[in-house]
Amino acid sequence: MSREPTSRVEIEVNGQIVAHDVPNRTLLVDFLRDVLDLTGTHTGCDTSQCGACTVHLDGIAIKSCTIFAVQAHDKVVTTIEGLDPDGRHPLQTCFQECHALQCGFCTPGMIMAAASLLNVVPEPDAEDVREALEGNLCRCTGYQPIVEAVLRASKELAQ
Amino acid sequence: MAGFGIGQAVLRGEDRRFITGKGRYVDDVRLPHMLHAAVVYSSHAHGLIRSIDTHEAKQAPGVVAVLTGQDALADGLGGLPPYFMPSDMGGPPGHRTIRPILVTDRVRCVGDRVAVVIAQSAREAREAASLVAIEIAPLAAVTTPAAATTPGAPAVWDECPGNVCFTLEFGNREATDRAFASASLVVALTILNNRISANPIEPRVALGTYDAADDSFILHTSSQNPHGVRHVLAQSVFGLPESRFRVISPDVGGGFGMKADAYPEDALVLWASRRLGRPVKWVSTRSEALMGDNHGRDQISEAELALDDTGRALGLRVRAQQGLGAYVQSAAVAPITYAMRMLPGVYDIPAVHCSNSAVFTNCSPTGPYRGAGRPEACFTLERLMDEAAVLLGLDRVEIRRRNLIPASAMPHTTATGVTYDSGDFAQMMDRCLVLADWDGYDQRTADSESRGLLRGRAVTTYLESAGVFNERMELRFDPEGNVTILAGTHSHGQGHATVFPQLVHEWLGVPYDQIRYLQGDTDKVAFGRGTYAARSSLLGGTALHAAAQSAIAQARTMAAALLDAAETEIDFADGLFSVRGTNRSLAFVDVAKAFFRPMGKPGGLSLGFTVQGTAGGESPNFPNGAHVCEVEVDPETGAIHIDRYAVVDDVGHVLNPMVCEGQIVGGIAQGLGQALIEQVVYDPENGQLLSGSFSDYGMPRATMMPLHIQSELAEIPCKTNPLGVKGVGESGTIGSPATLVNAVLDALRSVGVTDITMPLTPVKVWTAIEQARQTTRDAA
Repeated sequence: MSREPTSRVEIEVNGQIVAHDVPNRTLLVDFLRDVLDLTGTHTGCDTSQCGACTVHLDGIAIKSCTIFAVQAHDKVVTTIEGLDPDGRHPLQTCFQECHALQCGFCTPGMIMAAASLLNVVPEPDAEDVREALEGNLCRCTGYQPIVEAVLRASKELAQ
Repeated sequence: MAGFGIGQAVLRGEDRRFITGKGRYVDDVRLPHMLHAAVVYSSHAHGLIRSIDTHEAKQAPGVVAVLTGQDALADGLGGLPPYFMPSDMGGPPGHRTIRPILVTDRVRCVGDRVAVVIAQSAREAREAASLVAIEIAPLAAVTTPAAATTPGAPAVWDECPGNVCFTLEFGNREATDRAFASASLVVALTILNNRISANPIEPRVALGTYDAADDSFILHTSSQNPHGVRHVLAQSVFGLPESRFRVISPDVGGGFGMKADAYPEDALVLWASRRLGRPVKWVSTRSEALMGDNHGRDQISEAELALDDTGRALGLRVRAQQGLGAYVQSAAVAPITYAMRMLPGVYDIPAVHCSNSAVFTNCSPTGPYRGAGRPEACFTLERLMDEAAVLLGLDRVEIRRRNLIPASAMPHTTATGVTYDSGDFAQMMDRCLVLADWDGYDQRTADSESRGLLRGRAVTTYLESAGVFNERMELRFDPEGNVTILAGTHSHGQGHATVFPQLVHEWLGVPYDQIRYLQGDTDKVAFGRGTYAARSSLLGGTALHAAAQSAIAQARTMAAALLDAAETEIDFADGLFSVRGTNRSLAFVDVAKAFFRPMGKPGGLSLGFTVQGTAGGESPNFPNGAHVCEVEVDPETGAIHIDRYAVVDDVGHVLNPMVCEGQIVGGIAQGLGQALIEQVVYDPENGQLLSGSFSDYGMPRATMMPLHIQSELAEIPCKTNPLGVKGVGESGTIGSPATLVNAVLDALRSVGVTDITMPLTPVKVWTAIEQARQTTRDAA
């Protein structure tokens, strides 16, 4: 098996502290998927362009293919599985209501990127949303219903 | 059937798992003792393999095996043929390639599969793959159909000198020559349709498991067509009965035609699993996807339209070449055919003659990609229409109006032999002009000019041919009267798990939440052809209708027995069987339950209640409509801003308007991607792929899209299928490239630009403007 150096990482993932020895080169996305079996976070490219792997690191959206698991040591990671205990975050319900997903593959990354936006800009306009989601690719929807869903969710969250 | 029946915007039940991260994509499947594969690809576009040295790779950490094409030959494995050739359907002969699952002698494109490394982890497999040393003696490469058909061009296949695999011809040459001879104007354009990549956000994944106990295989693969994959692998690669193979395509993250094919990796993971006794998974990287997935389009055509002095089209002549890449793969013949047969579109063009040559190049194979030939046809026709209007000094709406096939002329057979059953093309265009506020354009132009921007607009029409082959659907009831739909079609984003239950709910009255939907497993679904070519509403829907009719017929017999009446006295409506003239009735669900009574043959019929329905022989249907686009072009940067976009689509009888609009808007985005930014680029000198990652291949992003696409659905029922439906999956992608390009050219004509090729990147637009200005200065 692997002879490369490993490190102990302790990360709070979706409210639980997890601790594992992982090869230093392990990307956070692979740690989440392969070690923790949190397969809601997806890999859609190899150049950090598509955003399917977007999660929150200390509350801010990052592409989990761009950092190593060791860089998340002692930090807080939230994935799509941990966004809402019941899976009923307004972004989740609004994505369904606005038909903002088709194949569903980009959806977790989209929702996590949008959630990060709404944390920072609670009442965005359409341009804000488009800008914030520029790093997340969707091939199915044409983005229009995604933008609508985020705007609708922002209104629900404001209430 | 309030709330969940036909025509309702029922929210998608499948969304629940996707929005919570519980989707079940192939890469989410992890099997015990699973190994990982990495494929070694040719880095040469064309060359002879001198040697393959696997020694170092075999010594690398974690490596279990390194396999080459010689190993595959020794194990008796075959290669991948195309699904069909023209000659299989009475067409002309052509060179039928067999793509080896691993190449042994000669590579024909960058991305040809040469070896596969199996290791304990994906990373170890990948690192060892880089240690496989392949010595290749390069041969000259050709990357475009034009270059490949130049005299003296290197042959991709020695068996096919000249590189033309086959040429398909439609229409009437003599009649078209006569039309051109009598014309007062002939418009001629050279049209390039850029080679593009499907790029579903989920890359392809294959996971193979061999069970030595009964010599059988299970393949999890991200496919649009699992039964098709099973057939090719069993028959062509392994030479074993299909019954030994189970293909499972669970959630698939988009396909767009590209995932309808069987790929070498599907075979490699099964073969490796058989050799090693453990499951083997392969996951494509995006770079491998851009290199190794089938591409789309890649057409060049010389197109001419003959008109009289009133702007009436007299004849259309097109000589096209379409790049096949290195192999004839999957349904590659389909786009080459549709690109010609659908050329007349919504216009009454009395004489057409067109031909399309399928040309081998040293590039990745092409295959059907959303629209598959119809976008090429639409683009060619609508570019010619605008060009003709400009040359005649005729309004672009007016020239179209003068040529549209009137609704009163239906059914209409085109000069390429396609019969449209229904359509009101003028209505679509008129509604779209209103939706887009076509008449308010001058004011908006003044506003753009005040900001130093060039405004342009276009209205185009499109016509699609939706649905191909036959299909099968099954309804399986359980002892509680619940029903499961076992679908031969395959949804990978299209919402079938919602829409097909809507149909069954409407027809049988089974409560919506008691209807389950299953697809994508060849052990559960007896047979099916998957989803592509906007076929599922027509063929899945019609087959499901047949199954429902069969269910009603059998249940009527049971109901008669239960209600102690003659079958002829039993009516069925709104989910109830009732005895005519009485108040005795039974719900469909309760009748279904009776098939599961414990003794004898319930109702004298059978134990259990399963029915099937087949669709086949229905004509394709012809979705159509109009698009309007307005753009602003910044002459200082070449940047295009889409300021306005409207679309009206005749989709026939609407099953779920939310899903329809989702397909249309998403399709428009994909077409705009082709028009604005997407292109697979090969170095013409050596065939190297220059657009090999998402850093180099332009994908449409949220900021690139129009702020709001205004969409209206028109319902002109199709007359050739029982549901009255027309397809919807490809429509947006067909109409939008021509609309965008015509709008940009309209903006640029004022500065002297008369032609431009896709994709309209800012640098290309800016360069065209600068060149036109230079030409103007030189002339002055």
